[in-house]
Amino acid sequence: MSAKVLLVDDETEFLEAMAERLVMRGMTVATAESVYEALQMVATETFDAVVMDFMMPDMDGIKALKALKKINPELHVFMLTGYATVEKKKEALQFGAAALFEKPANLELLTKIIKRVHSQNRNQ
Amino acid sequence: MQSVEDTIGVAGLRFFGKMSASISHEIKNVLAIINENAGLLKDYTLMVEKGLELNPHQVGAKADKITAQVARADAIIKKMNLFAHSIDQDRQKTDLNATLKLMIALAERLAAIKSIKLELSAVSESVSITTAPFILENLIWLCLEFALDQMEEESVLKLGCAKTEKGALIRFEQPGQFSGELAAGFPDDAAASLASALQADLLADTESGELVITLPDEMQ
Repeated sequence: MSAKVLLVDDETEFLEAMAERLVMRGMTVATAESVYEALQMVATETFDAVVMDFMMPDMDGIKALKALKKINPELHVFMLTGYATVEKKKEALQFGAAALFEKPANLELLTKIIKRVHSQNRNQ
Repeated sequence: MQSVEDTIGVAGLRFFGKMSASISHEIKNVLAIINENAGLLKDYTLMVEKGLELNPHQVGAKADKITAQVARADAIIKKMNLFAHSIDQDRQKTDLNATLKLMIALAERLAAIKSIKLELSAVSESVSITTAPFILENLIWLCLEFALDQMEEESVLKLGCAKTEKGALIRFEQPGQFSGELAAGFPDDAAASLASALQADLLADTESGELVITLPDEMQ
């Protein structure tokens, strides 16, 4: 069974390209263009990880992170942001983000971490 | 009379910084899309090296997406350039429809974060006045910020302008009403100071939920 990832971003073309690249790296990928949609998906499906843009139009990053973690406290949430300042990183980690990546993200590193999370989930 | 530099002050620098930061975020998003599509092209070449067949239409589609994003980035940079040059002259003949169009383009991402859409009202006439463009943009932004704070999500804020007997007016129309208490806080010191520099009047109409800037034909 492959790692299952939910990608959340309001930029459709970013979602499509990144989803295709993650699929090529052996993952099962679902996408959501709003936090609202993502929350519904996380409530009904199991994901190894969520990769979400920090600045979504319908909810700010920290609120979205808290909402996701409320549904599933064990969920690994990776946040993407235009500018990963020390303060933003600190805040995201404080509220339970697994990591904060600056856009454009290092896909190979992200893939490696998600696969590690998947492997840990399988062994639990 | 205060110089334009004195009027702009710290609040003007904050406005310039906020717009620049927003533009840089837009460009970062475009770069991220270009990066992922370029990455995909690289992934395709790796597939070919492994003996898999490459679909030329798929490659062409990715190249088209990159070209479209470069055009998007170019439009963003042009908008930034126009905004940056608005500070060049203390006073100049200014097309208000063009100014509103620029301000909508600059602020639409910030409004979208609050799930609010910005629209330019139907343009029925050309409206030009002699004013300080950067100070006017700053005042429009403060009005936008005030209106956005009062509005409900999923609503539309319309911006429009019209000629008046002695100049022109800019109107911000939102679907709801401003409470009297909120309208009493408008304009704040920063907006009042900019309006004074522009020899403009500001009005928050609690009944119609409109904000109106009335501007003279020629700022002295």
